[in-house]
Amino acid sequence: MTSSFKGPKASRRQFLAGAAVIGAGAATGVRAATPDPLITEIQPWAQGLGDGVDATPYGMPIRFEQDVVRRNVPWLTADPISSINFTPIHALDGTITPQGCAFERHHSGAIELAKEDYRLMINGLVDRPLVFTYEDLERFPREQHVYFCECAANTGMEWAGAQLNGAQFTHGMIHNMEYTGVPLRTLLNEAGIQTEGKWVYVEGADASSNGRSIPLEKALEDVLVAFKANGEALRKEHGYPVRLVVPGWEGNMWVKWLRRIEVTTQAVESREETSKYTDTLADGTSRKWTWVMDAKSVVTSPSPQSPIKHGPGPLVITGLAWSGHGKIKRVDVSIDGGKTWQQARLASEPGDKALARFYLDINWDGSEMLLQSRAMDETGYVQPTKKQLREVRGLNSVYHNNCIQTWHVKTNGEAENVEVS
Amino acid sequence: AKADAPFGLGREALPEEIAAWNLDVSPDGTGLPVGSGDVMTGEEVFADNCAVCHGDFAEGRDNWPKLAGGDGTLADDDPLKTVGSYWPHLSTTWDYVNRSMPFGNAQSLTADEVYAIVAYILYSNYLVEDDFVLSNENFTEIVLPNAEGFIIDDRAETEYAIWSGEPCMENCKESVEITRRATNLDVTPGVDTAEEQAATAPAAEAPAAEEAAAPAAEPA
Repeated sequence: MTSSFKGPKASRRQFLAGAAVIGAGAATGVRAATPDPLITEIQPWAQGLGDGVDATPYGMPIRFEQDVVRRNVPWLTADPISSINFTPIHALDGTITPQGCAFERHHSGAIELAKEDYRLMINGLVDRPLVFTYEDLERFPREQHVYFCECAANTGMEWAGAQLNGAQFTHGMIHNMEYTGVPLRTLLNEAGIQTEGKWVYVEGADASSNGRSIPLEKALEDVLVAFKANGEALRKEHGYPVRLVVPGWEGNMWVKWLRRIEVTTQAVESREETSKYTDTLADGTSRKWTWVMDAKSVVTSPSPQSPIKHGPGPLVITGLAWSGHGKIKRVDVSIDGGKTWQQARLASEPGDKALARFYLDINWDGSEMLLQSRAMDETGYVQPTKKQLREVRGLNSVYHNNCIQTWHVKTNGEAENVEVS
Repeated sequence: AKADAPFGLGREALPEEIAAWNLDVSPDGTGLPVGSGDVMTGEEVFADNCAVCHGDFAEGRDNWPKLAGGDGTLADDDPLKTVGSYWPHLSTTWDYVNRSMPFGNAQSLTADEVYAIVAYILYSNYLVEDDFVLSNENFTEIVLPNAEGFIIDDRAETEYAIWSGEPCMENCKESVEITRRATNLDVTPGVDTAEEQAATAPAAEAPAAEEAAAPAAEPA
């Protein structure tokens, strides 16, 4: 280490401290009363030396960003092994999720599987049942795509009411990465699909196996056998060395540590597509095979974990929108609980089945707001309200809650998860 | 007609390899190995391997999954979904227990032990008598109560049409009232620092937790 100065201590975030706050910001354009010592006094970083290039072979975020981390909610599950944590979407911008804070969902924990120990089997209704090594997979022609992976249960705790107070917790079972891998179609062609084959059953190398059935049509369309994400190898907790990427479909089907693909005539109806990932309606019947994640959006800031601290004036309202049916076409934002809407600005051309970033720049007058966002996708589908969803499905669907979220922004800039009439 | 493999990568899987990994069992019984087990044997195996989490009668301990009970509750405010009340196929029970249970020591049970455990779970759900013997031969005769309880995703018919088209932009409603607040429940972990999170995280038995919609992630 060659560090020769200590930076300022990480100031504890003044969380919900009421925004009036200290100094900067409030009086934009007004002449300062006294000179700013951060400018007039020579600071240590302007005088001494920083770290050498040998200090950090693989870097972590600077310590001032230590609150931008995955969080879990202990009471949600019986133990932390078969459990979930949440991406800090309230603190991120753009669309690519940093892998190190991208959410995890395991059923038997995050296993460690070396490339040398990795095997992928294709069996069932194929001409040639095959075994691939990791090295074999890297020799097939590759593709690269950006897709969102959203847990089927994202926002699931909010069915019965407003419950968890923060976008990380209500909408953070999601990540969006640039994947490199081999189309599943290429591997299936290598084995030769027999005409009776109508489904593929995919499972992982972990104890839970997480087996799911996928119709052959989807398997041949755009499913990817991925080994890189955001430019580097998959993280252990995201399926190293190989996972399935199933664009637009519920995250449970994105089988990690993928070890076997079986071509079958029928769905296996495994535990993860009968007991779980089925959606119970008000009359007690349940939907199965609800694969696609419908159009959805959320304002990530301001939000309960990202309050307004700068007082009235220019305010950036920003958030994410996505759809499993294709591209986001438009996002509308309301600041009055849905009475009036204005079209937000998309930061870039939305990708297919990928997160889109939207902005609405307003001049906040300091009064209360009921912030909402409403996504539309290229099929013309408009993100519904929770009331609309409940009218069709009741309260016990558990999964696939893509309702419009409301944040109540108070005059002091704090925000709260609420439901509105 | 076996066309050539386009890239010639990989190698043929051997029968022993396929047998080791191809364990899934389908609703029509495809994949079931030869074997059998009775309720009384199942009770013993269950007591040794399962009851510590799932209870002596498969009724569930603490926050661990309940495997029995809840029949007739699916349309209730708080449905109890178990093998007896919810699961459509017995094949899934056999397959899942065989491959993924006990939690932390999966794939440690013999086929006969799995048959016995599944027989005991049926008994715990009052679906068979205490002298019942389950085997690969009578397996598909068992029809679970909720076998007809599932429909294939019908969102395209019931939702997409009504939620498409140009939405309202102005004067969309007369008034807006706040009807629910998350802070009334106060079950969100602290988000300031890791220490605070640990210090303020509600305990698993916090009353408010019971108001949660079924947890996002139920344990295996």
